[in-house]
Amino acid sequence: MSLESNPAATAETTSTPSALLEVRQLSMRFGGLLAVDGVSFDMRPGQIFAIIGPNGAGKTTVFNCIGGFYRPTSGTVLLDGQPIHGLPSHRIARQGLVRTFQNLRLFRTMTVVENLLISQHTQLETRLLSGLFKTPKYRRTETEALERAVFWLEKVGLLHLANREAGNLAYGQQRRLEIARCMITHPKLLLLDEPAAGLNPQETRDLDRLINALRSEHQVAVLLIEHDMSLVMGISDDILVMEYGRPIATGTPAEIQRNPRVIKAYLGEE
Amino acid sequence: MSGSFSILEFIQQIINGLTLGSIYALIAIGYTMVYGIIGMINFAHGEIYMISAYIGLLTITALTVQFGIESVPLILLATLFVSIAITSAYGWTIERVAYRPLRSQSRLIPLISAIGMSIFLQNYVQIGQGARDLSMQPLITGGWRFGPDGGFQVYLSYMQVLIATATVIFMTALTLFITRSRLGRACRACSQDLTMTNLLGIDTNRVISLTFVLGAGLAAVAGVLISLYIGKINPFIGFEAGIKAFTAAVLGGIGSIPGAMLGGVVLGLAESFSSAYLRTEYKDVVAFGLLVLVLLFRPTGLLGKPEIEKV
Repeated sequence: MSLESNPAATAETTSTPSALLEVRQLSMRFGGLLAVDGVSFDMRPGQIFAIIGPNGAGKTTVFNCIGGFYRPTSGTVLLDGQPIHGLPSHRIARQGLVRTFQNLRLFRTMTVVENLLISQHTQLETRLLSGLFKTPKYRRTETEALERAVFWLEKVGLLHLANREAGNLAYGQQRRLEIARCMITHPKLLLLDEPAAGLNPQETRDLDRLINALRSEHQVAVLLIEHDMSLVMGISDDILVMEYGRPIATGTPAEIQRNPRVIKAYLGEE
Repeated sequence: MSGSFSILEFIQQIINGLTLGSIYALIAIGYTMVYGIIGMINFAHGEIYMISAYIGLLTITALTVQFGIESVPLILLATLFVSIAITSAYGWTIERVAYRPLRSQSRLIPLISAIGMSIFLQNYVQIGQGARDLSMQPLITGGWRFGPDGGFQVYLSYMQVLIATATVIFMTALTLFITRSRLGRACRACSQDLTMTNLLGIDTNRVISLTFVLGAGLAAVAGVLISLYIGKINPFIGFEAGIKAFTAAVLGGIGSIPGAMLGGVVLGLAESFSSAYLRTEYKDVVAFGLLVLVLLFRPTGLLGKPEIEKV
């Protein structure tokens, strides 16, 4: 198996016969800057995996390569064994990999429920004529889409705000709405870019519970970038630490906390 | 100033202004929708309108002269159908050929391409149809007169009623489409964040094409109505109408559909009142002066929202 060839992977990861996501020797160069240099890791279905590292370590660049925002300079990304590196982002999204953003990207002047309807667009029939004449099938699928939206709004605790403009929600609520917008498409893998940024401790605890619930109830794997160490250490199965674009350690939260290189990267040398 | 400006003359100017404003509004929608989604001014849009007027006039002539059809409603519907279909195809093709390949370039590049397209279309029609005015017999004549015998009478022609009615019908249809339908929802999402919409798996190129098709379709309605109203067209009518409609779109707040409707009506009224109460020559001065004033004191236009910084 090619999985065995990855020295950085933990015993737990390599024992999985079928990985959900396989990242191999991913590199991304911007002119003279090697922003990501030889990053490799695997994710099992349903796993919560975190990428941490100091600012500028290349974490978001890894996300952008996986999610199709950038075409990686070299390396491969496989989702369910299928290569996705270099595919346009909407094709990657259709294969079950969706993401949130560090700076929220909701449709701010559309209502909360419309934000959830728009992300189901590709699963709904969108032919012009059936829309004009409101065929029975159109009505039925629209009702179903609305029911799914209500389900997810309830899940993230925003049902009472369904008809508000998304831009008027509190910051933590917008974060949860963004996650709901991803989850409504039934993704296999959810990428969260700093989901706890700007949240207060209570909101962070809610987020922790939400991410765990997504995994246990909806079998989604979560790949997250996060600076909040209490959140990361609490929910992650495995952690990849990056510094200056290079992976410096992979392991369970306990292993990472003991790793001298990680301690050095975060605290500096004594 | 003769001091005889009565309430009837005032009403007359409102009628004239609304008629003109309807036409401006129909064309302005095309500018504003395209700008709203891809942030580009489609300077060939005026030519789209001009082409639709030609298609309208030629279709009406063919139907009446060639086929001898006399039923006015039938001619009208058939002409609208033909003109909307062909003009929409033009709109779709222009985007595909002249703008889409330049999508990733800086904003100036597609703008120059649009100006090139506009010059191309003007000359293309000029070669095909000649540079001189093309005219036809009025199809719909007559109207109502209100007011005292011998004094000033308000004249409301059937054609003016038709223009206003058709505009209201098509605007309502567009508004329902944008606010109620799934594709309309996708259009609104695209106008807020094209990249994010694409990321949600929506084929944004299809939505952009749809925008051009809808804009061209509404311009076609305006083109058919104007060729019926004025009865005389030439390959250069697209320039002035285009500039006016663009002004209307900016006046109302570019990117906003209700803004384009309002901007069109305001511009139409301003022109009609200034030609009546000042002098006809001043109508453009007033119209564009109004634009300058609005931009000075409300740079986002009447109904525009300040642009949110996109990161």
